[in-house]
Order: sequence, then structure tokens, then C-alpha cells
Amino acid sequence: MAFLNHKTNEIQLKIVYYGPGRSGKTTNLRYIYENFSERLNSKMITINTEGERTIFFDYFPFDIGEIAGYKVKVQLYTVPGQMKYKSTRRLVLNGIDGVVFVANAVKSERRRNILSLRDLQKNLRHYQKNIFQIPFVFQYNKLDLTKKGIPLLSPALLERDLNRQLMRPAYVASAIEGRNVAATLKTIISMTSQSVTANLN
Amino acid sequence: MFSQRQLTDIEIVLKSALVDKGVSCVLLIDMAGNLIANISNGKSETDVYSLAALAAGNYGAVNAIASLVGEEDFSLQFHKGKIMNIHFKSLPNGYLIISLFQNDLSLGYLRLLVSEVSKEIQFILTPKVSNG
Repeated sequence: MAFLNHKTNEIQLKIVYYGPGRSGKTTNLRYIYENFSERLNSKMITINTEGERTIFFDYFPFDIGEIAGYKVKVQLYTVPGQMKYKSTRRLVLNGIDGVVFVANAVKSERRRNILSLRDLQKNLRHYQKNIFQIPFVFQYNKLDLTKKGIPLLSPALLERDLNRQLMRPAYVASAIEGRNVAATLKTIISMTSQSVTANLN
Repeated sequence: MFSQRQLTDIEIVLKSALVDKGVSCVLLIDMAGNLIANISNGKSETDVYSLAALAAGNYGAVNAIASLVGEEDFSLQFHKGKIMNIHFKSLPNGYLIISLFQNDLSLGYLRLLVSEVSKEIQFILTPKVSNG
């Protein structure tokens, strides 16, 4: 949960990008880092394989100014999406304040999206967190693949599969092109900050 | 959540018991990777937020390995570099003291210092019951 330091007047928020393997979680962070790191004055850490598959997590911290008199430090993490890293995913979720669920809009990935969301719900329960209460944004990624003629799931179908009950904000995106990456991030930061300041009050 | 008083006391203890005795930089973190306290000798330029995140993940992973091999945990977690070394000491309730130190400080002496400090930190972190 958000760590509040009364001495330095700082809040540390942990936002995790979750989703099945190769859905674009690292690409999201990489886009943010490559386009905003100078302004944010921060570095990104990636722990991955030679094939650039995340093996542990990616990490990117930055300051976003003050809220309610506290300096807010946002810490973005990604989890490894491959099935074999389920223990690592659970580790990374420890202390989570907000989630971006990056779903892969490619048709063949439909089942993996659903399984990954169930996996997230189970892992959140491990930390006594309720998926219906935590700040949460969906991103339906890989919109750019329509140009290559690859069949994609429609946003309506993705909404029905993943967001029918949760009813959270959702963005159709192309992380590799940067489309709606910043919008997704702004929304989750806003939701997470509001949640934390509400608890402060 | 810690009070300002607790955080100040923690910093005082870490500075006097570790940094003033030769430790380059010491962090107190939680297992979520949050940085609770950070004291250095002023010569260290480490990105402490990234270090906290990585250390928490690393410690969690090593504990998982310990479970796999039938151990409750590993009593010594330490990495040796050419110039800078790093030592991890876990506290109850999910906190970790991370000490960065150079070769002029022996590991044995550091472990002694950290062992003493961890008792003091635990005392500061333990909620006190008021008698009123």
C-alpha cells in the first residue's frame, strides 16, 4: 500500500502493469521512459532475457509534484507475463496501489487475457486486496496490428470478456506507437492518487 | 505508516550505529520496495529508490529459493563487489536493512553492527501500548 513518509512529506505509489506475456507491458514503460525521461529526470530498470522477455520486472520511478501537501513519487512496475513466472508476479504485486491491465487485442490471445485477469485477482487476494476496489485501468493493446491484417478482438468483445463486472476505464492503444499510453498512465495516476488522498483524509 | 518521531529515531540509530562506523549507505525498506529511511556518508550517489525496489524483489526471490530447498531462510545474504559490497538483514514484519559498505569494513564487524541495530530498529517499529 502507499507508503507515507511524514518526515520527508512524501507518498510513494506503486502502480503495476499486469497482463499476459507479450501484451505490451514493457513497451508501455519503455515508451514513457523514452519520451518523458528527460522531463521526469529518472531512469528505467529492466531485468529481462536476451530475447527481451521480462524475467523479473521493469521499474521506473518518477515524481509528479505535490498532492495534499505531500510530494508524490510514482513507481511503475511491470510483471513478467509468461506462465512460468507466476511466483515472481505475486512478489511484484506486494504493496500495490494501482493496476494497469494490458490486454493483448490479438484474436488468438483471447483466452490468455482472461486467464491473466483471473491470475491477477487470485494474487491480489493473497495480499487481501479486492480487484473490485483497487484503482484499475484496462488497456487493449496492439491496435497497430490492424495495418498488418492481423485479426484483432473488438473493443466490445474485450470489454465483455474482461470489464463486464469491473466496469473500469479502458483505452484502446498501441504501445509501440505510443497511442493512449500517456492517457492510460494519467488515468491510473489520477485514480491512485485520489484513492490514497481519500484514505489520508 | 510511521510517525515523524519514529522516522527520526530510525535515522539517528542508522547513522550513529552504522554510517558513523564506516558503512557507506544504509536503507530501511519494506518488502513492497518502499524506501522508509535512507542515510549515507555523503559520498554515495546510489539511486536508492531503484535499489529499494530491486532489493525487495531480490530478497523475495531468494526467500522463495530458500523454501524450495527446504530452508526457512538464509541467515546470511551478502554480495561482494570489487569496491562496494551489499548486505541484507531482514526484520520481523517484513522490513529489510540494506547496508552498502566498502572493503575497509569487514563483513564480520558489519554483521555485528547490523545485528545490534536491528534490535533497536525493531524496538522503534513496535507499536507502544499506552497506559492511560
